[in-house]
Amino acid sequence: MLALLIPGLLFTPLALAVLCLLVNFRIGRLFSWVGIIVQVLVALGLWATVADQGGLYYDLGGWAAPLGIELRVDGLAVTFVLLTAVVASAAALHAGAYLDPRKGYQSYFWPLLWFLWAGLNGVWLAGDLFNLYVGLELISLAAVGLVALGGEAPALRAALRYLYAALLGSLGYLLAVALVYGSYGTLSLSGIAELAADHPPAPLILVLAALGLALKTALFPLHFWLPAAHGIAKSPVSALLSALVVKASFYIMARLWLEMGEQAGSIWLAQGLGALGAAGVVVGSWQAFRQSRLKMVVAYSSVAQIGYLFLLFPLSWGVATTTAELAQQGITLHLISHALAKAAMFLAAGNLILAVGNPQVSALAGVSRFLPFSLFSFGLAAVSLMGLPPSGGFVAKWLLLQASLAAGQWWWIGVLLLGSLLSALYVFRIFRASFLETGSDDPFYHPPRSLEVIPMALAVMAIGLGFVANLPLTVMALPVGGGVP
Amino acid sequence: MKLLLVLIAAVVLTVVLGQTAWQILAQPTPVDLRELVAEAMPDSGVAHPITAVLLNFRSYDTLLEIGVLVVAGMAGLSMRAVAPLEAPAMRTSDTLLQALLRWFVPFLLVLSAYLLWAGSDRSGGAFQAGAVLGATGVLLRLGGVPLDFLRPGLMLRLGLVLGFAVFLLVAVMGAIRGDMFLAYPQEWAGLLIVVIEAALTLSIAMVLVGLFAVAPAQATERDWPSREGKR
Amino acid sequence: MTPVQLYVLAGVLLCGLGFAGFLLTSHLLRKLMAFNIMGSGTFLLLVGLAQPNNTPDPVPQALVLTGIVVALAATALALVLMRRWYHLSGRTDLQGGPGD
Repeated sequence: MLALLIPGLLFTPLALAVLCLLVNFRIGRLFSWVGIIVQVLVALGLWATVADQGGLYYDLGGWAAPLGIELRVDGLAVTFVLLTAVVASAAALHAGAYLDPRKGYQSYFWPLLWFLWAGLNGVWLAGDLFNLYVGLELISLAAVGLVALGGEAPALRAALRYLYAALLGSLGYLLAVALVYGSYGTLSLSGIAELAADHPPAPLILVLAALGLALKTALFPLHFWLPAAHGIAKSPVSALLSALVVKASFYIMARLWLEMGEQAGSIWLAQGLGALGAAGVVVGSWQAFRQSRLKMVVAYSSVAQIGYLFLLFPLSWGVATTTAELAQQGITLHLISHALAKAAMFLAAGNLILAVGNPQVSALAGVSRFLPFSLFSFGLAAVSLMGLPPSGGFVAKWLLLQASLAAGQWWWIGVLLLGSLLSALYVFRIFRASFLETGSDDPFYHPPRSLEVIPMALAVMAIGLGFVANLPLTVMALPVGGGVP
Repeated sequence: MKLLLVLIAAVVLTVVLGQTAWQILAQPTPVDLRELVAEAMPDSGVAHPITAVLLNFRSYDTLLEIGVLVVAGMAGLSMRAVAPLEAPAMRTSDTLLQALLRWFVPFLLVLSAYLLWAGSDRSGGAFQAGAVLGATGVLLRLGGVPLDFLRPGLMLRLGLVLGFAVFLLVAVMGAIRGDMFLAYPQEWAGLLIVVIEAALTLSIAMVLVGLFAVAPAQATERDWPSREGKR
Repeated sequence: MTPVQLYVLAGVLLCGLGFAGFLLTSHLLRKLMAFNIMGSGTFLLLVGLAQPNNTPDPVPQALVLTGIVVALAATALALVLMRRWYHLSGRTDLQGGPGD
């Protein structure tokens, strides 16, 4: 079964990218619906198989690592593959109704989306450092293309700023890869992890990779490119970028840290990354509170939520194994719940802007009365972002709280609490604007039901994650065994 | 202030990187891929180790890399559909250039074909051949040859993805036969690599010429007042 | 000094030079050139560090070829975006202009 599932997972997005490039928007949408079904089924099948039999290595082209490239199909990777399938399907279905098919350039949305999807799957599964670099670049260029789609001046500026930041970040990572290859003579992550104990890697490797990937993940103060890019892009694109794309570079950083951190890390690097993350939580939330445009609020909220991810480094360095595991679980759950909630939020924000015809927060007055459904999806997603029970965000923060206590690093608890408080601040500002009464007649355009249902489904999943949080946590802890028979 | 900070950062990077690189250079690596490559060469279907690594051992990298190239070409084309920005002024009708083109173009085409063919046993290959072919296209374009297939139609998009599509089909054939994704049947490996490389050459050149044709022409000072008025 | 040491030294210097250039210039084309200089330095390091005893290793050479194509794609895309930005805004940097 696996012998077909893994090629299927790699092949379908790339094949759809080719097909969708050759047709117009409407036919591309039709193809994409088929592709979504295939991709979701394959991701589910892969997840179920790994949950049942444990992880494995897959040798691409039949060449075993270190000569060839191996895929590491473990519980964490397939969980993210499934998450990608859910979020990207939602964004694609939303885009199918949201984007204007009469504009010729919109037909390029589908091939770019499918290349992005393929790149994401590639990064989650990659077991090879250089392959991760190529996957990362595929994601970056597809994302830049999606931001620039249409080629209006503000979008071009955001895309260029994004592209330059992404390029510099990738080079930092590639430099680290060059140093790794010089030290070990191999690029296979599992091979390096085995060798790291006897041949400690140079500390500079992790520092360069951390700087480069932090720039791509938009860690404060390297976040300058994110708000414009995520705020200006079309809503389904913003959802993809905030929910998945920034997570890819963080995932690589985390993988490197877990394989090499013990030897090449230091308390300064770990606490420094944590401190920048904490600063990002505070500054991002505050900036979100001060924005006048709705999507910019959501974009700055991403800067804040990305900050939490970097608590992984201090909470997993120089602490007991159980504490480190707790931190990893908390971060993984935070990543998943933020992906679902933020995608829901961007799509809901897109619907709200479509309805009121104005991107300003102040234009939302009266929305609560006439568009309660759109506002409710937004609010439900916000519950998870704030970390209120019973959402997935709550369970994630709870685990991080426990990890901070167990590690004796109580200062992160303050960050977690302050972050939740500040996120409540910017969310309630939006609610306050939308609960203002305007009069008894309904001035709003009502988006079609299909547009409204999608963010709602995502938000419900973000909340529901709180109830089934054990499921992904047990699957990601499964051991990785041999290859495909 | 910024100048000082950046200079300090750059000097620190250079010094620390140099120091680390020097240390790494002094130590032997625990794994030596040269031996593994040499052992696997007879099964690779080609005689040149770099080509074997690119199109067989690490073919997944190359597949994704062509994806990156197609994405760049696509993103460029998506700009073009909004407003065709081609300036006829870019094309010269210089007689000397025209005369030179008559000599150069056939020569460059032959050179490109040679590079493609040479890739199997010495330096060369799809990328070098594609770059030369792309440069030929740019030269033709500059020389005033219209190259109609560069209009944003189906032909251009087909050319753009042809190499990628061929590569992807070969990749999935491996899985359909019950082998790994990207695995070639051993006796066909050499032929399949040549087919992939030929298609890639064409697509790489297409992406390069396409992007060249898409980039808006130089706007001169004189253009500004009139364009402001139009908006 | 062996040729390999020279590669590594040149690679390190190009990286530092490109890095400083990338951050100091605001003209988009110069920034892009600085990126390419830094990229070349990285590629030199990748090849140089992998062959301490002067016998060439085909794997990093293939990696560099892949890296060059990726850098080329990114550069070409940046050029198209930049030319279009210049066409629409008349600016060679990202400060000011429409929609800031």
